[in-house]
Amino acid sequence: MSPAGLHLSGVACARGGRLLFRDVDLRLEPGGSALLKGPNGIGKSSLMRICAGLLAATAGTVERQGRVALTDERLALDTEQPLGTALRFWARLDATAPEALDAALAAMALEPLSQVPVRLLSTGQRKRAALARVIASGAPIWLLDEPGNGLDEAALDLLGKAVTRHLADGGIVVAASHQPLPLASPAMVKMQDHVWAMEEEA
Amino acid sequence: MTILLTLAARDLRQSWQSAGLWLPVAFLLLVASLYPFAVGPDAALLRRSGGGMLWIAALLASLLPVDRLVAPDRDAGVLDQLALRGIGEETVVLARLIAHWLGFGPALMVATLPAAALLKLDGTTIGLLEAGLLIGTPALAALGLLVATLTAGLRSSGALSGLLALPLAVPLLIFGAGTLGDGSGAALKFLGATSLLLVAITPFAGGAAIRAGRE
Repeated sequence: MSPAGLHLSGVACARGGRLLFRDVDLRLEPGGSALLKGPNGIGKSSLMRICAGLLAATAGTVERQGRVALTDERLALDTEQPLGTALRFWARLDATAPEALDAALAAMALEPLSQVPVRLLSTGQRKRAALARVIASGAPIWLLDEPGNGLDEAALDLLGKAVTRHLADGGIVVAASHQPLPLASPAMVKMQDHVWAMEEEA
Repeated sequence: MTILLTLAARDLRQSWQSAGLWLPVAFLLLVASLYPFAVGPDAALLRRSGGGMLWIAALLASLLPVDRLVAPDRDAGVLDQLALRGIGEETVVLARLIAHWLGFGPALMVATLPAAALLKLDGTTIGLLEAGLLIGTPALAALGLLVATLTAGLRSSGALSGLLALPLAVPLLIFGAGTLGDGSGAALKFLGATSLLLVAITPFAGGAAIRAGRE
């Protein structure tokens, strides 16, 4: 497998006729991480989606080497199914071995919940389930949009461990988070620096 | 291929759980049992008009689950997660088309039997009706799915779905109901052609609609 990489150069994004940000550059090599900073609505999630390839950049180029795993505010698990079964659907599409899925469930302390229907899970448990899917996917590039939302201390600790392990294995992490994440010297992307000047005045 | 089967199996299970399967069947039977009350118990009249009536009922029944076909998965982020895994939108729509047809096509054909009995249809008409539905229901499924992908991001998509689908459904209705009074089999062939066309364009048009609706 070729080493993972995520290269953004001069990326701009316009939504609904409004320029959200421009001139975002980012170069991440294996083991690299980036933290997106900025107030709500500045375009962190849009930048995530551009990194993921779900949204086309209005200008600039995005290059990805390696598969991408994304977690955002949407769960994308079948709510009527037990958690284990719902995650297994994605594991099958990712060609993840059952042991890897079990390991991912263990990494987020979800084994006791694997028989519980997804609709009964709490906010934090749902977030952990989405993170377990990211871990199980085996994708080298992790895009974590507010991964710490709703997580308690213990779960934040688990998330930190998972991120650290992923980076040590040569993975890439891009996160937008208000909670502290144990990223060693992440590339900081301050979104305020990239907003259109006229927006700043307004 | 494995991906297609995995997706189709999941879609089928989802529609089973969301009651998307028995709703069209119940609708068809409901219409068939109400129709004689409205036009009167005249057996000859029922026999003459009943087949076409059932085609209308089948068409409208196929539009019932439209708002549950694509929109929930779009809102839950399932479509995005599938795209992240490099699975083309065309594959997603094709899998859903297979699942949607399996879910309601055969059930509708079975429900047509008691419905035909209620409308006093004769054996030949029932045979033609079932043959027409076998050819036509994939097209009805495709049409419903196509409209569902187009309206997935919109509020109050239900009413719009009907408006979008009905013009496209007119050829199906003409040829489908036309098979009943046509001894030459030409209407059946035209129905087949219409059905093939709709089934063939739906994965591509639906896939494009999902991509365009992504924001």
